[in-house]
Amino acid sequence: MAVITYREALNHALREEMERDDRVFLVGEEVGVYGGAYKVSQGLLEKFGERRVVDTPICESGFTGVGIGSAMVGLRPVVEMMTFNFALVALDQIVNHAAKLFYMSGGQFPIPLVIRGPGGPAHQLAAQHSQSMESYFCHVPGLKVVRPTTPRDAKGLLKSSIRDDNPVIFIESETLYGVKGEVPDDADFLIPLGVAEVKREGRDVTVIAWSGMYYRVLEAAEEVEKSDGISVEIVDPRTLRPMDTETILGSVRKTHRVLVAESGAGFAGMGSEIAAFITEHAFDELDAPVERLFGADAPMPYARNLERLKTPSKELIIDELRKLCSV
Amino acid sequence: MATTKSGPAALARGDAAVGLALLEQMQLIRRFEEKAAEMYALGKIGGFLHLYIGQEAVAVGAMSALRPDDYAIAGYREHGHILAKGGDPRRIMAELFGRKDGVSKGKGGSMHMFDREINFLGGHAIVGGYLPLAAGVGFAIRYEDRQRVILCFFGDGSVPQGEFHESLNLASLWKLPVVFVCENNRYAMGTAIQRALAQTDITKFAAAYNMPGEACDGMDVFSVRDCVGRAVARARESKTPTLVEARTYRFRGHSMRDPAAAVYRTKDEVEEEKQRDPIVGLRERLRAAGLLDEAAWDALAERVEARVNDAVAFADASPEPPAEWLTADVYA
Repeated sequence: MAVITYREALNHALREEMERDDRVFLVGEEVGVYGGAYKVSQGLLEKFGERRVVDTPICESGFTGVGIGSAMVGLRPVVEMMTFNFALVALDQIVNHAAKLFYMSGGQFPIPLVIRGPGGPAHQLAAQHSQSMESYFCHVPGLKVVRPTTPRDAKGLLKSSIRDDNPVIFIESETLYGVKGEVPDDADFLIPLGVAEVKREGRDVTVIAWSGMYYRVLEAAEEVEKSDGISVEIVDPRTLRPMDTETILGSVRKTHRVLVAESGAGFAGMGSEIAAFITEHAFDELDAPVERLFGADAPMPYARNLERLKTPSKELIIDELRKLCSV
Repeated sequence: MATTKSGPAALARGDAAVGLALLEQMQLIRRFEEKAAEMYALGKIGGFLHLYIGQEAVAVGAMSALRPDDYAIAGYREHGHILAKGGDPRRIMAELFGRKDGVSKGKGGSMHMFDREINFLGGHAIVGGYLPLAAGVGFAIRYEDRQRVILCFFGDGSVPQGEFHESLNLASLWKLPVVFVCENNRYAMGTAIQRALAQTDITKFAAAYNMPGEACDGMDVFSVRDCVGRAVARARESKTPTLVEARTYRFRGHSMRDPAAAVYRTKDEVEEEKQRDPIVGLRERLRAAGLLDEAAWDALAERVEARVNDAVAFADASPEPPAEWLTADVYA
């Protein structure tokens, strides 16, 4: 077990899977010579050469389609989006092609494809480079959606995504690349897709959170435990589609109170979906309505003070936990 | 005896067998499509049905330049392409009927025909959207150092779309064995080419992307076969992509919901284009060369008729897909 960064964990996952399987290749903008816009692919060009680490011109639709086409005939591409914001240029490729080909062809053409890169709120990158998009992709049957939180998650989930036979949307985070944590060195260390993790055990309330929001919730949980004696359990779904509803419902049965905290939009957001299935499947277990915290209903502003207001703050989370537990 | 206006006047002896085989394939597509139109009128086929009638020489001529292990990908007017690649008319008709034995298990329909066994990669209904997939297949061929090629068929309606340009650029930049076959039938649905493209000579886009570009007579199966054959050879031997423009014409409307096709083009124009009918043209040439007499044509037409009728009977007998298939094959 080594302590490495989230960025290194992703790099190791790519390196190991490319070593393991010649059909795996990395394609995207600046992944080779530049070493990755966020340096995730650093050193891979030197190790694997231009055949398998492929720099592209700026054409997200084009190179995503190249990944899909190559997957149709047996390769296992990893397509890097410099940021997930640019994946919107390729949304037709992802939704109409990658997600549907297996179904439309009557099961003849699986698409083993990973589309990965950073997404979600970043630091003062403004509206077109800083937004949470997981709910868009979660809406599409045929896609899997992964949102790794820790370096360990990043490595184990990326390796599983690369070995999966379906198109996987793998959304990292600019704000997490430098986060350090313990990560197994074992080349066969995998975290299965569709399995949530109880990242903090607690008795009084369950908070469901992932990616950067998890760390904010964790701070809030420690604080509120000290100040109010509220014991918070944190469940990280890790894979948003398919969602591990069993682990979430298990926690609900234990605490009977739930908060979903996300940085994305509230309207038709992830929290809406999670709150709905908890209500449908564990209504009798609830001592209070499922609460949601989500981003303000506006694009991401640039100004530092406004940016801070855009996503749920630690203070807001603490307030919400106190309210929930006083019911 | 008249021959096609633009094709070579005489057929070489060696082309005889090839010519007869191509004629039979074109006739199969023609009659298959006419039968599909009948079945649509009877309500056996639903949704959109885009007929290939008039353009048969393009798919047949181009596919005849391929080996069986080569790939082909096409748009939503693709019944002719999958038939020309060697698809089974029975399973293709069953797909149109939305039945269990359809090539895509009844889940794709007219616009989404796939057949892995013959390397037919669809069947795509986002105009221009699948051109990057063709580049991806070319990428995989190069990656695995194979000697295969992929033919990518699309219409003039794809040319203004961004993916056309991205795909040609990538194919040329990376030297991918892709032959882009633009079937220019002069209308993107109801929009005439001069209302859609600032540059209506489509071969000129090849120069912009530094690849060979060549036009052929899309109503002459040998013109298409020769032109695509040269492009396939370049792709196979030197991984050079080519843009082929096959100048053709669609005799029917855009789909069965555009039966008259009269708003955006004149009746006179359609009648004039029908004089270039690729099947009539080839038949005349074979007859003039003494390679096809009346009895041989009748026998050919009868064989085709029997196959088409058999396809309909097969489709009719095939059950509907079982309810549990609704949510099957969403994930691999």
